[in-house]
Amino acid sequence: MNEIAALKAGLLADIESAHTPEAVEALRVGALGKAGVVTALLKTLGPMSPDERLERGPPIQDLRESVTAALAAKKAALESAALDARLASEKLDMTLPVDAPPPGSVHPVSQVMDELAEIFADLGFSVATGPEIEDDWHNFTALNIPETHPARAMHDTFYFPETDAQGRAMLLRTHTSPVQIRTMTSQELPIRIIAPGRVYRSDSDATHTPMFHQIEGLVIDKGIHLGHLKWTLETFLKAFFEREDIVLRLRPSYFPFTEPSVEVDVGYTNENGQRVIGGSGDDANGGWLEVLGSGMVHRRVIEACGLDPDEWQGFAFGTGVDRLAMLKYGMNDLRAFFDGDLRWLRHYGFGALDVPTLSGGVGA
Amino acid sequence: MKFTLGWLREHLDTDASLETILKALNDIGLEVEGVENPAEKLAGFKVAKVLTAAPHPQADKLQVLTVEAGDGPLQVVCGAPNARAGLVGVFGIEGATVPANGMMLRKAAIRGVESNGMMCSSRELELGDDHDGIMELPADAPVGMGFAEYADLNDPVIDVSVTPNRQDCMGVRGIARDLAAKGIGTLKPLHVPEITGEGAAPDVATLDPEGCPAFFARTVKGVTNGAAPDWMQRRLKAIGQKPISALVDITNYVMIDLGRPLHVYDVASLKGGLVARRARAGEQVLALNGKTYTLDEGMTVIADAENVHDIGGIMGGEHSGAQQATTEVLIECAYFTPEAIARTGQKLSLTSDARTRFERGVDPAFLDDGLSIATDIVLRLCGGVASEATRAGAPPVEVRSIAYDPALCQGLAGIEIPSDQQAHILTSLAFAIAFGTPHWTVTIPSWRRDIDGAADLVEEIIRIYGLENVPSVPLPRAPGVARPTATPEQLVERKVRRMAASRGLNEAINWSFIPEKEAASVGGADWTLANPISEDLKVMRPSLLPGLLSAAQRNADRGASSIRLFEIGRRYFRGEDGASDERATAAIVLAGDKAGRSWQWGKAFGYHVYDAKAEALALLAAAGAPVTNLQNFAGAGATYHPGQSGTLRLGPKTVLAEYGVLHPALARQFGLSGTVVAAQIFLDAIPAKRKAGFMRTPYAPPALQAVTRDFAFLVPEALEADALVRAVRGADKKAIVDARLFDVFTGPGVEVGAKSLAVEVTLQPGDKSFTEEELAAISATIVKAAEKLGGSLRG
Repeated sequence: MNEIAALKAGLLADIESAHTPEAVEALRVGALGKAGVVTALLKTLGPMSPDERLERGPPIQDLRESVTAALAAKKAALESAALDARLASEKLDMTLPVDAPPPGSVHPVSQVMDELAEIFADLGFSVATGPEIEDDWHNFTALNIPETHPARAMHDTFYFPETDAQGRAMLLRTHTSPVQIRTMTSQELPIRIIAPGRVYRSDSDATHTPMFHQIEGLVIDKGIHLGHLKWTLETFLKAFFEREDIVLRLRPSYFPFTEPSVEVDVGYTNENGQRVIGGSGDDANGGWLEVLGSGMVHRRVIEACGLDPDEWQGFAFGTGVDRLAMLKYGMNDLRAFFDGDLRWLRHYGFGALDVPTLSGGVGA
Repeated sequence: MKFTLGWLREHLDTDASLETILKALNDIGLEVEGVENPAEKLAGFKVAKVLTAAPHPQADKLQVLTVEAGDGPLQVVCGAPNARAGLVGVFGIEGATVPANGMMLRKAAIRGVESNGMMCSSRELELGDDHDGIMELPADAPVGMGFAEYADLNDPVIDVSVTPNRQDCMGVRGIARDLAAKGIGTLKPLHVPEITGEGAAPDVATLDPEGCPAFFARTVKGVTNGAAPDWMQRRLKAIGQKPISALVDITNYVMIDLGRPLHVYDVASLKGGLVARRARAGEQVLALNGKTYTLDEGMTVIADAENVHDIGGIMGGEHSGAQQATTEVLIECAYFTPEAIARTGQKLSLTSDARTRFERGVDPAFLDDGLSIATDIVLRLCGGVASEATRAGAPPVEVRSIAYDPALCQGLAGIEIPSDQQAHILTSLAFAIAFGTPHWTVTIPSWRRDIDGAADLVEEIIRIYGLENVPSVPLPRAPGVARPTATPEQLVERKVRRMAASRGLNEAINWSFIPEKEAASVGGADWTLANPISEDLKVMRPSLLPGLLSAAQRNADRGASSIRLFEIGRRYFRGEDGASDERATAAIVLAGDKAGRSWQWGKAFGYHVYDAKAEALALLAAAGAPVTNLQNFAGAGATYHPGQSGTLRLGPKTVLAEYGVLHPALARQFGLSGTVVAAQIFLDAIPAKRKAGFMRTPYAPPALQAVTRDFAFLVPEALEADALVRAVRGADKKAIVDARLFDVFTGPGVEVGAKSLAVEVTLQPGDKSFTEEELAAISATIVKAAEKLGGSLRG
């Protein structure tokens, strides 16, 4: 008995004092290997009588278990220490810069067009498109602008020398209004559409570029009147600027394709030198900005599209997308929109994931 | 259209404030563009008398004055040669700002002598061009009075934007009539004098009833053409018209006052009578603006037996206008047809105040009155004796009326306005109403050419009644949640745009028109503008690349080291029927560094053709193109490097995208250095996805794990890797689910003319794991497929 206890104490002490995995392994072989001392003791159990085994077995088994456990513990401790030492040697400077992916961006005009599409979808307007190279019938004549009308001169039109198969002069559309005609001559009634896109006028200064973006709205239905137009524009501008204090000023105006025609100003407030949309333009610190042209679609336009103006009436409006972007996001030079300056695009542009949604708010 | 408040009050009896009038103008559709009171600029300038004048002790050309401006004598140093004791002039006190140069006057020492304020020349006050000396006022001008008040300059100038339909408001009286209808005062009656003519009426006629249906005229003999009186000059100057002489100023005054353009001829310069006729082709006239115009047969002119003297209704001739020495004038009051004027004006690119009015349609019923009013003013200001009037032809005066149901106001404008109020508004705008049920018959005033339907009457009523009274009425809303509205094209563009942005590309919007030379370098343009604003914006782009390359170059010039731009827009072609064929396209340009120098990888490095291919594939995938089925062809045309470019096609013909290294010659043309890579994705060529509902094809992940096997083949060097990969993938369509090239090698161990391609093949077992025999069989078919392409398994 005593020699087993002494053996156990000796082995455990040896294991405890081992400092390398090799030493631990040597001790394991010496104790539990084929020729090991503990193995030898275990072998003595076989020939014993059951009674003898009952008496001598437990201390030997205890010896085996204790030594096995001590070896495993020592091995784990040594491995852990080795890992700690390795990790300590692998320390890196956590402040080194990482490689940032290049900052992509969506152009403000595209972003605002997405915002508008989102708002008008909720009001039941779908999106229509038309060609940018138009004929003068769609761009002018069908819109009640005959050839000698002073309004044609007002438009500063870019022309092409060619005519189309019907002999109509080809030009760059001066507004998105020809999409009204294309929609009324091709779509089922009633109609609710918006038509965003590029338009062109031969004009160039800080607030005019020869190419810019408009969005057209058109509603043709029964019983539609100016009150519906006013509500639609108010609702749209409130949603677009995400402000409830939008105040509109309607002014009588003139567009050949609407009658009555209404120009729409929106009130702004001067805040720290910036014009912030909201509030009445008649307030002490306020003013009015012209944002929209609109009106009730002229009978002649409805007739030109082959519809009965006594049955169908509606309203149309148009506004500058670039201008809306400037008013909402604070750019002040239209020319920069078309310069492709990466610095500008990154500053005023939008992230890929800034997708306008009604639940998240259309602005970003 | 500019006018002054005082001028307006000649026609409008009102005590409304300026603010009230401005608001009313906006409310009725005469948008106020600006308002300016010249008196405000002249604050601090007073009528003053020079009491004494003595030589300056230090300077020959200066004098030392004592000036009385109402607050006691002040010492003033003055350099004007006409400064002298007793002179009454205009004195700017300390603190006043000189209008001409914005300088604020201060007490100062000039050559050692103290000077308080300044005696002013007319140029310094922006009242004239005279700068030879200080202004001299009449000796009885009240010393100490504000100069603006003395000179009657305290009259705000109002600038309104008149829409093209409102010719009647191209005269002050028309504006007054509109304001009176709005309730801003009362329109004063217009006095039309009775002219008693003496002597024969002038010999005028119209031979062009289409372009000039009516030509009325009188002559006035024995006139003296000096300067117009101060009040007239002041008003004309206030609105930016330069006074010329009494006779010319009278025509301008009547035009602005009543919207009635006139022309006066010096009878002495005419050879016989005047006729309105069509110009002869090639006929020339030297106009009042000093330019010579060549006319054609579509244009109406006023001519005598020898010369053209007037481009009818647009601009007079240089040689027959009223001069200082003129003693006999012919006053023309004609009606020119608006459409003809518009055509002529557009052809000649000639604008004038007269054209602006005639092409919008002047009041055809106002020729006699206009001529009488003008003649009367000539007689009063220039003396002389008027002749009888000649009335050649007849203006198109037709009485027009419209059937109007007052209920339309509610139906079209959504405002309930009582009938009597509607009638009152129309009447105050000089419409005549014959009441009936349900329709009224509304007769249109002769000057309202723009009114031609009941909707126009609604507009008249609501603009006077006030648009602020239009109620806001919700559009009927479809029940339930809003339906999706985006078109398939719109969805594709949105996805491509946001994919590109997420891949670190910056969206630019470039001009749709580009220089002809740039278009030629990418295949040439179908559309060339007839009237471009510059050579740089001349032809419609057949490719998005020139715009992006120019933008890249501008960025490079600004020092950008890495340029990643994209654009989504249209390319413009001509369809077979002559109509426009516009194709939705996305394009990218990558230039400069792909990655800058870094502690991680060392030196900066640029873009490779495969970067362009990667972007093209990513954008195609976003657009919904079946990218795994595309065929990849080498070469993408002259825009690109011939050996480092390609197209991605659906089938052998439908090109969905092109990509490559930009041809170095083209890069140089755009001033770009280093490797530039680019791609265009032809969104219009991508087949639309069939909408098959939301249900996916059924799928359960296989129970058994896929296994991979690597194969390295020696193949002829010219063999395209894609051919091998496709062959391998197609060797066993059931078991092989993927084949991926992972190594390309030439060099030691590989014979010249060959290359080694290594492919990782993924095999997906079905119900049971592959046996060794099955795997060997699949390998054998793969090797056989490669052998068909001239490949051999590398040992």
